[in-house]
Amino acid sequence: MSTGTGRLWPWQLALLGALLFGWHELTASEILPSFFFGRPLLVWAVLRQWFTSGLIYPHLGVTLLETLLAFACGTLLGILAGMWLGLSPRVAALLEPYIKAVNAMPRVVLAPIFAMWFGLGVGSKVALGITLVFFGVFFNVLQGIREVSPVVLANARLLGASSAQLLRHVYWPAATSWVFSSLHTSVGMAFVGAVVGEYLGSARGVGYLILQAEGVFDINAVIAGIVVLTVCALLLDALVTRVERRLLVWRPAPASAAHADSR
Amino acid sequence: MRDAVTLRGASLAFSTPQGRLEVVREVDLSVGVGEFLCIVGPTGCGKSTLLNLVAGLLIPSVGSVLIDETPVSGIHPAVGYLFQADALLPWRDALGNVAAGLVFRGMPRKEAEAEALVWLQRVGLAGAARRFPHQLSGGMKKRVALAQVLAVNPRILLMDEPFSALDVQTRAQMENELLRLWAQDRKSVIFITHDLEEAIALGDRVVVMSAGPASRPIGSHVIDLPRPREVEEIRMTPRFLELQRQIWEQLRHEVHAGQARTSAWTE
Ligand SMILES: Nc1ncnc2c1ncn2[C@@H]1O[C@H](COP(=O)(O)OP(=O)(O)O)[C@@H](O)[C@H]1O
Ligand SMILES: [Mg+2]
Repeated sequence: MSTGTGRLWPWQLALLGALLFGWHELTASEILPSFFFGRPLLVWAVLRQWFTSGLIYPHLGVTLLETLLAFACGTLLGILAGMWLGLSPRVAALLEPYIKAVNAMPRVVLAPIFAMWFGLGVGSKVALGITLVFFGVFFNVLQGIREVSPVVLANARLLGASSAQLLRHVYWPAATSWVFSSLHTSVGMAFVGAVVGEYLGSARGVGYLILQAEGVFDINAVIAGIVVLTVCALLLDALVTRVERRLLVWRPAPASAAHADSR
Repeated sequence: MRDAVTLRGASLAFSTPQGRLEVVREVDLSVGVGEFLCIVGPTGCGKSTLLNLVAGLLIPSVGSVLIDETPVSGIHPAVGYLFQADALLPWRDALGNVAAGLVFRGMPRKEAEAEALVWLQRVGLAGAARRFPHQLSGGMKKRVALAQVLAVNPRILLMDEPFSALDVQTRAQMENELLRLWAQDRKSVIFITHDLEEAIALGDRVVVMSAGPASRPIGSHVIDLPRPREVEEIRMTPRFLELQRQIWEQLRHEVHAGQARTSAWTE
């Protein structure tokens, strides 16, 4: 019964075709009002126009730049904070309720504050993305540091490792391995931060395009924007998978445990 | 004979939720330079704890630990430790693991890896240099761990039930390998095991620990079997069997005492 993915993809493609065709038929006959549901051919036309005129590129570039910056800064800060608190249990105990509170807060609500602090440009989106990326990485690193095997640690010390060498050769790899296992989530979070930030107030970016289209009730352009974002997210995810495979060769099983927990 | 390791009246207690647990009490023990000392005792009596004291991972509550007849508190660079549990760095391949100690001690990476490869060859694993710990069998991991600790050339080698998890054939093979490597430079060894046969086959002397808590050495038996030894063959000799009977007499009593105490706790 089991069909490999190799033989599954024509069916998956056919399903996509059927869905598109159904959408087309239902909206063409106005069974579904095209004002609310758009029309696939018009969405296609918008996409073509965006890419042939080059209009989309600066917007896409801005969104990806924001994603990249938020991802890099959020990950770095998360690693540093996680390692610091992981190695100083007293500070961790002191800060624990605050960390819990900030983590429990739906952090998207910070977007207006960031817009006020950092303006409508790239800065406020990166700030939002960082707050989203940071916590996932932070908790993973904290866990990673706390779960370093005491025997491995003792062994490294007996072999002659200094404190600095323990940090570099034991704590750091332990921490970063957990970061890599949450890469998918982190990249996704950075992307969400960028788009939501743009959507809530900006002058550029794919989120801004969607916002503008929505302002004039151009449902086809809204859907086109969503399509662009989805394809980008899939490409980023594939990229992450490749990076992960190279960096986690030492791991017994492909790390995807932390894959689906948030977003 | 000079002593490589001396314990003088060393006691160690853990504070547990149930109160103070004195694991070893007033242990006096010494290991001569170049001596292969085996310690046997019932499970849970405090053998690993004793070894951790010598390694400097634990500090005695009372008494002292001397290395080369000098008191120490903490890890001593002349001491190597082969742990009972898996202790390899999971993110380094076999070669990286064996090189680790050399790198920690300041050797340039290239040089350390060249030296590590020689050690992997000595334990018969040159072909697995690029494999990560999770890609190695239990016996291979133990070999890598052995190469790892021997690579830093410790004068004093502590081994905590290193072969207890291995199957019989692999185990005999590793015991012979260990004896061969040891014969080359006669490190001072403390070898912990719960297997009396293994202790007699390997050691110059076997020390028996009493059942815990508050365990201490209660007997020391010189093993006057000739070297070099082949562990499977030496087991058949009359002298071996005689020693085994003699030491077992003492050990049996402790094992039964230990079991009685453990079952009293769990009931
Ligand atoms: N960190 C610890 N805290 C509390 N009790 C411990 C600790 N380590 C070991 N023990 C106890 O000390 C006793 C001796 O342990 P161990 O030295 O590992 O025994 P062995 O190696 O002889 O089997 C056991 O009863 C064990 O439960
Ligand atoms: Mg033990």
